[in-house]
Amino acid sequence: MTIAEIVKERGCGRENLIQILHDIQDATPDNSLHEDDLDELASLMNIPVADVVSTASFYTLFSLTPRGRHIIRLCESPPCYIMGEENILAAIREELGVGVGETTEDGTFTLETTSCLGACGVAPVMMIDDVVYGNLTEEKVTAILRGLAAQQEVA
Amino acid sequence: MVPVDADTVVAGAREIKNALSAEIGRSGMADEIQVIETGSFGPINAGVIVAVQPDGVVYGNVTAEAVPEIVEEHLLKGRPLTNLILEGETPVPVPESADARHTQFQGRIVLDNCGRIDPERVEEYIANDGYFALGKALTEMTADGVIEEVKSAGLRGRGGAGFPTGLKWSFCAPEQADQKYVICNADEGEPGTFKDRLIMEGDPHKVIEGMALCGYAIGATKGFVYIRGEYKLSIERIEKAIVAARVYGFLGTDIFGSGFDFDIEIKLGAGAYVCGEETALIESMEGKRGQPRLKPPFPAQSGYLGKPTNVNNVETLANVPAIIRNGGAWFKNFGPSGTPGTKVYTILGHINRPGLIEVPACVTLREIITEYGGGMKSGDFKMAQLGGTAGDILGAEMLDVPLDYDNMQKAGHVLGSGAILIMNETVSVADFLHACMKFFLHESCGKCNPCRNGLNYLVEVSDRLKQNGAYEGDVELMAEVATTLKGAAFCPLGQSPAQPILSATRYFKAELEEAIDPESVRPKFEHTSVELAELTE
Repeated sequence: MTIAEIVKERGCGRENLIQILHDIQDATPDNSLHEDDLDELASLMNIPVADVVSTASFYTLFSLTPRGRHIIRLCESPPCYIMGEENILAAIREELGVGVGETTEDGTFTLETTSCLGACGVAPVMMIDDVVYGNLTEEKVTAILRGLAAQQEVA
Repeated sequence: MVPVDADTVVAGAREIKNALSAEIGRSGMADEIQVIETGSFGPINAGVIVAVQPDGVVYGNVTAEAVPEIVEEHLLKGRPLTNLILEGETPVPVPESADARHTQFQGRIVLDNCGRIDPERVEEYIANDGYFALGKALTEMTADGVIEEVKSAGLRGRGGAGFPTGLKWSFCAPEQADQKYVICNADEGEPGTFKDRLIMEGDPHKVIEGMALCGYAIGATKGFVYIRGEYKLSIERIEKAIVAARVYGFLGTDIFGSGFDFDIEIKLGAGAYVCGEETALIESMEGKRGQPRLKPPFPAQSGYLGKPTNVNNVETLANVPAIIRNGGAWFKNFGPSGTPGTKVYTILGHINRPGLIEVPACVTLREIITEYGGGMKSGDFKMAQLGGTAGDILGAEMLDVPLDYDNMQKAGHVLGSGAILIMNETVSVADFLHACMKFFLHESCGKCNPCRNGLNYLVEVSDRLKQNGAYEGDVELMAEVATTLKGAAFCPLGQSPAQPILSATRYFKAELEEAIDPESVRPKFEHTSVELAELTE
């Protein structure tokens, strides 16, 4: 769907902006919001560009820089922290060779940390795209990442 | 429970166990259902065995193909697969204490259907008195009558603040406007809290019924559920529930032939803790940055799009149908007088059985740990954080104080959103505080100066304490900054870092002071002459 179509479907009232930003980001292959798209959106909705960008940049689910195909969101809130989140983060960084906020060279993964995902019963927890993984251990997280990377190669 | 022993391993018990876990994970029940590896409990030569507790069902010769069926039919829908059952076998009973305790209370109001019915089938909700309260309210009660009933029940907001719900409704009801709104706050972001998610996933219609009742009471015809974007399954379940409720005429026009119209729409959050604050939530719904508004005007006068709006937490609304069905007096039978009803807690940390419990609001921390949490998993109890990251850190002194609003207030604490994080002696207080402050710094919306700058400072000081390189007076400094934030920050987000800090300095001052390094000297801040010249220009 083009941006104009999305705006038409959701309505051009300001109250639909966040839903529209979700839609645009979901439709963008690199999981982010592009500057020219936001420009177009701003003029379609008749909202100043600065206002659109400021709104988009406020929320952690939106990114203004390109991201990988899979987004890893590791929870770093206190419940996960006390269950060993730091070790998991170290394991992911070592496996992928990227830091927080960075994307692997092949564009497969982006590593992010996030606030509570609400799955604290199985802490430490991460979410990759729409799937939550709990009770993480260093071995488990490495296996999950390798599994996803292998799927990627097949596809 | 999958018995894994020499016999069953050959039959592929490990693979089946993993397949079960994966399948359960895919259905989003990983929090409710645990796949446990056990030893053999008797039957041999029956292939891979799977016991489902507390149902008391034992399956034999389970194959990989049967796994999805077990999860879908039995675990999700509660219909055991008769063809796979091993006749005459009873599994080892689940440990007595917790269940004895549960049956003793038998008093679930909010979670009574969770885990018992198929949340995606409205018929199962109806069969359990679902939408009965809405019918009763619309055909037998006036709008004021509904508010009075909720008031008389003494229901208090379950989002954390504990404001009386009936009173809140009565502020919005008399407002004259062409449109009023009901908003269900499902932007659950308090670390350690996931009760709202489990309510929405387990019994979404209850939330919808609660919203419709609120709409009738305050004269609103439009409702919104503001769900955080990360809660994929909640979004899906609520969406399906809305559609089903429309089909049955519980939402839409002229509900129950009463002339009352009400419909609900979902609004997605995009990842901002501060949007749990009701005015920030409204800003976010209007498509803006989620920054809190100055009150007054309160949402009851001017909320979403400037119209009178009532915002309630998921758990609060989920209490309403039972109150209307059974009356406020019935509700008061649960819990102590100051906090009628039950409280849903999520318990986690270093305990044997993390999970979701619903108890009268008068149990003590010790009871929660030993009777519901199955005891400490390792080590000894050191501290607990009550009510999420914005909550107080309690030491062992508080183990026997009943957890209700009044008792907590007397002890100078808040009850918070319902998360109870139990920690053993391996967790350092300074380390933990640092993690809490990092969270607040990340989530600070930047609107007001005390929060924006103060949190940077708190992260810095707690980091020094964590690294054992603190300066003399750092503990007092941290408490002072926290107190300033409590008094000066614009909204509860900025005020609440004071909770963990001030309670930690109260119970664990000695430990925090151990981190002071007598060698390190606080650097003096001196302007160079150039800077001074610039400043005076």
